[in-house]
Amino acid sequence: MTAIRMEADTLSVLDRPNSYIGKTVPRPNLDRLLQGRGQYVSDLELPRMGHVAFLRSPCDHARIVAIDASAANRMPGVIAIVTGRGLASVITPWVGVLSHLKGLKSAPQHAIAVDRVCWQGEAVAAIVATSRAVAEDAMEKVAVDYEELEAVTDMRTALDPSTSVIHPSLGDNLAFERTHNAGDVDRAFSESDEVVEAEFVFGRHTGVTLEPRAVVADWNTAEARLTIYQGTQAPHMVQNIAALHLGLRDAQVRVVCKDVGGSFGIKVHIYADEMATCALSKLLRRPVKFVADRVESFNTDIHARDHRCKGRVGVRQDGTITALEIDDLTGIGPYSMYPRTSAIEANQVINLVGGPYVTQNYRARARVVFQNKNVMCQYRAVGHPIACSVTEGLVDLAAAKIGMDPVEIRRRNLIADNAYPCASPTGMKFERLSHHASLAKLLQMMSYDALRAEQATLRMRNIHRGIGIASFIEVTNPSAAFYGVGGAKISSQDGVTLRLDAQGSVICQTSITEQGQGSESLTAQIVGSVLGISMERVRVMLGDTDNTPYGGGTWASRGAGIGGEAALQAAKVLRRNILDVAAAILQSTPAELDVVGDHIMDASGVRRIELNELARIVYFRPDTLPPGIQPELMATRHFVPRQYPFAFTNGVQASWLEVDTETGFVKLLKHWVVEDCGTIINPQLVDEQIRGGAVQGLGAALFEKCVYDERGQLTNANMADYLVPMSGDMPDIEVGHVVSPTLESELGAKGAGEAGTAGAAAAVANAVNDALRPFGTTITEIPLTPQVILTALGRI
Amino acid sequence: MTELVPVSLLVNGEPVDAVVPARLNLADFLRENLKLTGTHVGCEHGVCGACTVRVDSEIVRSCLMLAVQAQGASVETIEGLSDSGEIADLQAAFRERNALQCGYCTPGMLITAQDLLRQSSTPDREAIREHLSGNYCRCTGYQAIVDAVEATARARGERST
Amino acid sequence: MKAAAFAYARATSVVNALELLAAHGDRAKVLSGGQSLMPAMNLRLVSPDILVDIGGLHELHGITVKGDVLVIGALTRHVGLLRSPEVAVHAPLLRDAVAHVAHPAIRNRGTIGGSLAHADPASELPACTLALDATIVIRGAGGERRVAATDFFRGIYETALSAEELLVAVEFPVAGEGSTFFFQEFARRHGDYAIAGLAARAIVKDRAFADLKLGFFAVGDRPLLAAAARRLTDVSITTATLAEALAALADELNPQGDQQASPVMRRHLAGVLLRRSVATLLARPELDVGVAR
Repeated sequence: MTAIRMEADTLSVLDRPNSYIGKTVPRPNLDRLLQGRGQYVSDLELPRMGHVAFLRSPCDHARIVAIDASAANRMPGVIAIVTGRGLASVITPWVGVLSHLKGLKSAPQHAIAVDRVCWQGEAVAAIVATSRAVAEDAMEKVAVDYEELEAVTDMRTALDPSTSVIHPSLGDNLAFERTHNAGDVDRAFSESDEVVEAEFVFGRHTGVTLEPRAVVADWNTAEARLTIYQGTQAPHMVQNIAALHLGLRDAQVRVVCKDVGGSFGIKVHIYADEMATCALSKLLRRPVKFVADRVESFNTDIHARDHRCKGRVGVRQDGTITALEIDDLTGIGPYSMYPRTSAIEANQVINLVGGPYVTQNYRARARVVFQNKNVMCQYRAVGHPIACSVTEGLVDLAAAKIGMDPVEIRRRNLIADNAYPCASPTGMKFERLSHHASLAKLLQMMSYDALRAEQATLRMRNIHRGIGIASFIEVTNPSAAFYGVGGAKISSQDGVTLRLDAQGSVICQTSITEQGQGSESLTAQIVGSVLGISMERVRVMLGDTDNTPYGGGTWASRGAGIGGEAALQAAKVLRRNILDVAAAILQSTPAELDVVGDHIMDASGVRRIELNELARIVYFRPDTLPPGIQPELMATRHFVPRQYPFAFTNGVQASWLEVDTETGFVKLLKHWVVEDCGTIINPQLVDEQIRGGAVQGLGAALFEKCVYDERGQLTNANMADYLVPMSGDMPDIEVGHVVSPTLESELGAKGAGEAGTAGAAAAVANAVNDALRPFGTTITEIPLTPQVILTALGRI
Repeated sequence: MTELVPVSLLVNGEPVDAVVPARLNLADFLRENLKLTGTHVGCEHGVCGACTVRVDSEIVRSCLMLAVQAQGASVETIEGLSDSGEIADLQAAFRERNALQCGYCTPGMLITAQDLLRQSSTPDREAIREHLSGNYCRCTGYQAIVDAVEATARARGERST
Repeated sequence: MKAAAFAYARATSVVNALELLAAHGDRAKVLSGGQSLMPAMNLRLVSPDILVDIGGLHELHGITVKGDVLVIGALTRHVGLLRSPEVAVHAPLLRDAVAHVAHPAIRNRGTIGGSLAHADPASELPACTLALDATIVIRGAGGERRVAATDFFRGIYETALSAEELLVAVEFPVAGEGSTFFFQEFARRHGDYAIAGLAARAIVKDRAFADLKLGFFAVGDRPLLAAAARRLTDVSITTATLAEALAALADELNPQGDQQASPVMRRHLAGVLLRRSVATLLARPELDVGVAR
């Protein structure tokens, strides 16, 4: 019988008996999702609820001359038809800028366009009716007179003097520009043996969440309270912004998130049509529901990753990378998105290019330009895929130029595992990464040498397979450095409240949110472990601004690292409080007791009292407690990263694929990811985040692209033409880990949600180019469609 | 022109009589009229699979079927398949393997997987991926789903020997 | 994306269906499997005044062999073609093709009549009817008529069917002795519309083609029975004759361009399909080598 370790405050949580940390346990409460009994916003019905459909502009840039809704208004079932002007009395416009992004400018955006529409798909009127079908019927009868205006549809010419300026008050179409110059790039290039250059072109993407964006806004005029049911990742942010623009106090707004059918960053932004829905509810004094249909989703969910990035790398014959330089151009929509801004992605690209490597010579320019296309903003891995594809593409080009194996050049240039703490040329602070250990693990997992041999053998039979490697760093657990410093009311801290209820179960309220990644589970695992109670007794509540602590929510891979730490600290406090009471009841001292397996246990390992018995005494028989004791079975703690602006993680991915050089088709044979995200709470959940994220990157590499024509029309706004990865075309993905915990928190967890997406496309692109090396062709464009590949091969 | 049409059918074994607009599709009928919201709507053009249900034992896209076309038919939704216990082992396998994250594709995925398992007792991974290739999942990347279906097939095979 | 309102009539017989079509003309649409019609209606790309639901017409079901003709009722679901023993024996090309049509749930509802009447240039079954020398059976107010598949497909979504007629059956000559088949399509993902496809039937004698029917799809505004097949019939197949046939094919094709592929790409893929089909049908893999660079 082992003695219980005392002074639990000095005990590491990882040493707790029966700890769930590091264990794969099935997520609690999955049955309701498995039985089709979840509660998604699209399922919600409220009395007198109206359904809104938005009449959307077919023009990419036009003045709204007149709107005639007279015929539509007379149709049975129509509750109201409201234009931008009508709504402007209820809701104020917003501007998507943050002060720390110097020079970022944008024009005010209205919930419904007032005088002018600036992208095909922007709403010009709201039709509220008794059903969506009736609203759509009425929509067909609303006549809008547009005067088409010159539009900006090519980012490459957006800044030309001859191109019209979308917002004359801003002076030009430049939303944001940033340059960075570190070391001595020109000298480094001149001292290189080879300098290689390429332009990397990326397809514009969108998230395609299976549940489209949906919101039910319920303004209760008697209570003067607005309840917003929405699948948002950041409920307090939505609360703050809805209140601000509707002339309410935060306390008058409640945001409720139940089940969310996928988000990946799509549902973390403020959308004009969702804000309009809230305004309509206030205007009409009844609940209003908006569910985007799939075509609307494509046209109005934020897009991302529309970049053209020129890159240069200098290298010496011995494999040393001497310098990196990029000139990145990205074309967003006509407005910088609110409140996180559409400059963050480009900012990340500058911050992250070259990140895994030692060279300190780095020069970069990023320009963000307005276009008359859909708005663009943060989507899973924000900027990382661009930075990683450019960096890893340049590294492979350098390797090929000097005839070095791509693994070898990485070995010679990745930051050493014992070099930490250190910083990147852009000032990104790295606490501790493991590039070399991760690479070594990857090579072993994939049997790299065997694959190379197989590749060589098959080449002789005209079968072309390729291996692509991509190292990456990943931003997680962001501090206020991300948004707060710029003036955004986006919280970078999170909180957890724990309560032991009258039956000895724990009610846990957390400010992080759940979209399926396992926020509920990781919270319960941490609380159960630190407290000493079984997970089945922990009920986690999240996604309700009335019933959780104030916090940031789940985005930028911060849920486990920040929310998890808050849960840990709150559990420590509650445990102390429980032991204080237990000591009083048992006439012992807290130091001689512990909570283990739902019981209070003493130093000799004997179970003294069950938690539910302790709770009964506290809640119903405090008269039996020693005098003066005021038990406190509720504890709240918040956590915010203070030392590191971001907790960087690192990883490396590999792709093994075959290119049919006759048809251009690519078959993904296998994919590997080694990820170092610090302490892992639930290995299965982390691996599944990586797999899901990687497949989004694989989709980017081969399939996904929003196709605009020269008239600013999105021509593939449906799921038959915008190609998302389906099961028949995806490989199995093997995941491995190296563990470098962060010392910033007791939990030591960094984030993992976006790592898969950051590097997958880069690995595939490198693999395709590796496969095609005998043909002397390099492709630096994604998606790598069969047509792109055949064209590069000169077959067509 | 609102043409209302009477329709009688079985839904999860229960007789249902309704009078509905002809244009109401089966997915909306199940969700809005019968409040069986387990059948999800993802695209309304038959590509994503979220709305998959069983009609007379065959899987169909309920967004591409009019409610009135189900006249006299037996419709089974995820709620019915759950309550009957028919897919209890498959659901357990999904839970064990975390073959769902947000859960939105899950009803359609389960019904389609069960359809495969009823036709083939030993599908290999490629066959599983092929049969599920019309069901979109954005969260899992599919591997966990394939694992769960494969494990269920194996367990069913062992139980029957 | 809710369909516009429409009137609905459940046809009680073919005669009844024809009456309804005659009454409403092109303001009516026939509802068969609905797998192509419903998406278009949900997107409000088509808004008929009335839908004539022929789903209950038992006379349009059934797969039977009448002499040396395989008769397939228009309401036969794709899954029915997959499972039919008669199709497996007498027209296995249909079974091979249907496996590529979308996904299981779609195949459970989509019908052969609907697919042929809809005439999407990228669909598989129209090309099969060309390769198999099928006859389309049509009924109208004036009675029944038969149209050879080669005369049936007129353009994108355009056929010989008038708005007041119903496609009731498809007749296929049963596969003759020594018939072999080839089916392949290139699609971006499993179950997607083909970018280019080929349904072929051959009779091989002494390592040469006694007969060859090449039904290309997704390479034009309608399925194409390639004339280039004649270059390969009753001749010795060498890389030279194959190259000639490829050139002839490139000449007779007029492929469309869209998001998935340019005309040049489609022409190229059609050539790949031709080479692969010849190599496979003759069991001569050495014929399927790419053009040397």
